[in-house]
Amino acid sequence: MNIINFTPLSALTGGLLIGLSVILFFILNGRMVGISGIASDFLISKDNRIDNLLFLIGLILGPSIYTFFSGQEIEISISNSLFLLIGGGVLVGFGTRLSSGCTSGHGISGISRFSLRSIIATMTFMIVGILTVLITNIL
Amino acid sequence: MNKIVSLFCGIIFGIGLVISEMINPAKVLGFLNLFGEWDPSLAFVMIGALVVSTPLFHLFKNKEKPIFSSSFSISNKKEIDKKLIIGSILFGAGWGLVGLCPGPAITSIALLNMSSVTFVIAMFVGFYIAKLS
Repeated sequence: MNIINFTPLSALTGGLLIGLSVILFFILNGRMVGISGIASDFLISKDNRIDNLLFLIGLILGPSIYTFFSGQEIEISISNSLFLLIGGGVLVGFGTRLSSGCTSGHGISGISRFSLRSIIATMTFMIVGILTVLITNIL
Repeated sequence: MNKIVSLFCGIIFGIGLVISEMINPAKVLGFLNLFGEWDPSLAFVMIGALVVSTPLFHLFKNKEKPIFSSSFSISNKKEIDKKLIIGSILFGAGWGLVGLCPGPAITSIALLNMSSVTFVIAMFVGFYIAKLS
């Protein structure tokens, strides 16, 4: 194992903001953030539809607001084929709904509550994610 | 008021994903590449988020009600079942293939990257299939 590209300060700063969002949403609106839940409920359920939509719009406004205040462009790199993008997207959408949570819902909100379900889910998707990258690198 | 809170919390969450670079699939795949060239940064995203949310959650959970809403709504599921495990395995596989999970995927729509837009459409199809099944 070699460690590369390590940026603990920006990661920690971003994490603190994510934690702040989660706790404000709880204290003020009484709900725990889970993006897969918010997004799929927006698609499927009439309950809280406007709130869910506004949260998603907020997410999408985030990068522009960041760029406006910092003056820094955001660069991302995705190198998958169309087939893998679609396959990966369906797996993420279907999997997170089957298990009722994703990185935010289980990994942050659930673990904050000390939910055993969420701790097991988080360990499972982390381990499978690591194994998937290992296998992809070998193939 | 809770509409404004929803928008504001979304914005803060989105900016957090940008600053931490969780929005960048290459960064996420670097984190998951534990057995190769490993970038441990994203562990600090989780630490940062949990350091804020965990103590404050336990401080406020026994309050009568949230400030702008009539009651708290928290999952009361306890069961460790097949759905939880199989769902998490499928999610982990998709996450490891592309490096996007739902929050960063939706946030990255702002960058008008065709790959991430394609991924998000497929993810919503996945939500819908889960609803049907």
